[in-house]
Amino acid sequence: MTLDGFESGRNARITGVDWTSLAEDEAKRLQALGIDEGAEVAILHRGVFGGRDPIAMRLGNMTVAIRRVHAHAISVEAV
Amino acid sequence: MSRKLTAALVGNPNSGKSALFNALTGARQKIANYAGVTVERKAGRLALPSGEPVELLDLPGSYSFDAASPDEAVTRDVVKGTFEGEAVPDVLVIVIDAANLEQHLVFAQEVLELGRPTVVALNMVDLAERDGLTLDPAALSEALGVPVIPTVAVRRRGIEELRAAIAEAETHAHEEAHTRWHLTLPERRLSAKHMARGAILSKSTRHTIENGVDRILLNPWIGPVILFGLLFVIFQAVFAWATPFADALEGGVGAMSEGVIAAMGPGLARDFLTEGVLAGVGSVVVFLPQIVILFAFILVMEASGYMARAAFLMDRLMAGVGLSGKSFIPLLSSFACAIPGIMATRSISDPKDRLTTILIAPLMTCSARLPVYAVIIAAVIPQTTVGPGVGLQGLVLFALYVAGIVGAMVVALVLRSTVTKGTASGFIMELPRYQMPRIRDLAIGLWQRAWVFLRRAGTIIFMATIALWVLLSFPQAEPGESQLDASYAGVVADTLHPVLEPVGFNREMSLALVPAIAAREVAVSALATTYAVDAEDEEVAAQGVTEKIAALWSLPTALAFLAWFVFAPQCLSTIAVARRETNGWKWPTVMVVYLFALAWVAAGATYWIAVSLGL
Repeated sequence: MTLDGFESGRNARITGVDWTSLAEDEAKRLQALGIDEGAEVAILHRGVFGGRDPIAMRLGNMTVAIRRVHAHAISVEAV
Repeated sequence: MSRKLTAALVGNPNSGKSALFNALTGARQKIANYAGVTVERKAGRLALPSGEPVELLDLPGSYSFDAASPDEAVTRDVVKGTFEGEAVPDVLVIVIDAANLEQHLVFAQEVLELGRPTVVALNMVDLAERDGLTLDPAALSEALGVPVIPTVAVRRRGIEELRAAIAEAETHAHEEAHTRWHLTLPERRLSAKHMARGAILSKSTRHTIENGVDRILLNPWIGPVILFGLLFVIFQAVFAWATPFADALEGGVGAMSEGVIAAMGPGLARDFLTEGVLAGVGSVVVFLPQIVILFAFILVMEASGYMARAAFLMDRLMAGVGLSGKSFIPLLSSFACAIPGIMATRSISDPKDRLTTILIAPLMTCSARLPVYAVIIAAVIPQTTVGPGVGLQGLVLFALYVAGIVGAMVVALVLRSTVTKGTASGFIMELPRYQMPRIRDLAIGLWQRAWVFLRRAGTIIFMATIALWVLLSFPQAEPGESQLDASYAGVVADTLHPVLEPVGFNREMSLALVPAIAAREVAVSALATTYAVDAEDEEVAAQGVTEKIAALWSLPTALAFLAWFVFAPQCLSTIAVARRETNGWKWPTVMVVYLFALAWVAAGATYWIAVSLGL
């Protein structure tokens, strides 16, 4: 299951990231923010238009906004 | 040893480096609560406790040395000593957000690997406490192997201790750099986690306020309503709240003009003061209260952390026209002024995204347009209300801002499918924690904006107005002849008028547009001076420019003039900064040409529609 389809508000653990599907600088930025296998995230808020993009997620002590395409590259499992 | 010592502030975006820079040097760099406020290196002077001066550098925030955007590359180059004309800093001050240790320690370790004399500023400890965190700086210092100083930059806490620590680190500046362990990113992240755990003494389960507030402000339905409601209130307030202050200023300018008339005999010198200086520059200065009110709102939104939420809410719309939410902050800054807005595009990593943003930034309604809009609106739009608390004048102003935004979106869409074709880059942004704006910082920010506005009035607007007055006053008219017809300015107006007549502009408007190439506000002072010089007697001359416009312009003409200024690129500084940021004349030329073309079409369409509606 990927993060974009994961239930809002529930904690998820990242099981893998499909880095090849992302632009290089975006992959770098996500990695620098701490997106990687084993990290725990939770979706907090979703936008209103077109497929409920973007997504705000909790990552560590931060709130980070990403697009749905990024979330789609992140595989997660429920904690 | 005479070389001046240097120190540099490095750290993640929005860790408070610029606030710390201001606290250490007494400088007044712009600070705001979102990532990417600082986009270039800034230098200031820091005095060590011994009195020895150190050059302190404030650098753009960065997540790693593996730079993703132009501003981050500056940081990497300065810190590593590869920045042209800049020696390696003697001391590095790593700034860490205390509430975000685990994340910020990742980049901190990368900086520490350089082995330079380093001090860590554990900043914003007050917000960490608010979140229920109790930290142990000593444990962190032991884990990192460098001094750790808790600070609250915006409240000037821990500044003396940090100064002393920099002085201490500086004594090791000439030792050989001892390169330390080198870790991979996952290793760094793991050790950051351990260090953060070791440094956090206790963590209450108290929920952070962000969650609750964001649940409302980022709510998919209520959030956008609040955002637009807020913008609406801002434009209402610009008119409603400023009126008493603007009236007082206007009265002051009028009194000065009368004083000059009473004190001096008739003649060119008196005309120069009353028609040129007071009518021209005075007509712009009276908009100071409006500018201050607009900036008060913008500064509060920036300082509180709401700005990044606004970017989140707008992202999808931006994506629809091929831009990312990253463009939102540069575009939002452009509401104040396109110059910092264009510079803020350095935080956009994708070159085509960045170019598109630069090209549409001048369409955001900058504060220089406010005097033009306000004077025309006050002259031709009745001061009625169209609903409870909703004034028609504020509504028209709101519509002009919306017109600029819609224009920008349409242009972006066109650019994105033609010259800057490509896939839109994504939107990855930290949403900062909310902070209560501090009155002191707001006051400084407002004072700076007010000062910039007054300085412009005293320099560029003053010069342009004087030049126009000279052209208007010579040669002197024969009795019975209009001064405008007789003057050199009249010749200029006659040359330009045929191009602008089809879109409803009269001769005075055509003339005012020429000096207003320098800056948009000059249009107001130019009109004021033109009408003052051309007035037959003193009573008419003493009327404000608003009364003149109300008496002389038809509604379609006035609306066309407003539509013109939504688009026209009448600002030399913007063109200059666009040239600098795009490294050439090609894109500024494209920008100027397309904006003038749009301005003409928009003014024309407005005029023809208004006339056909019988307005």
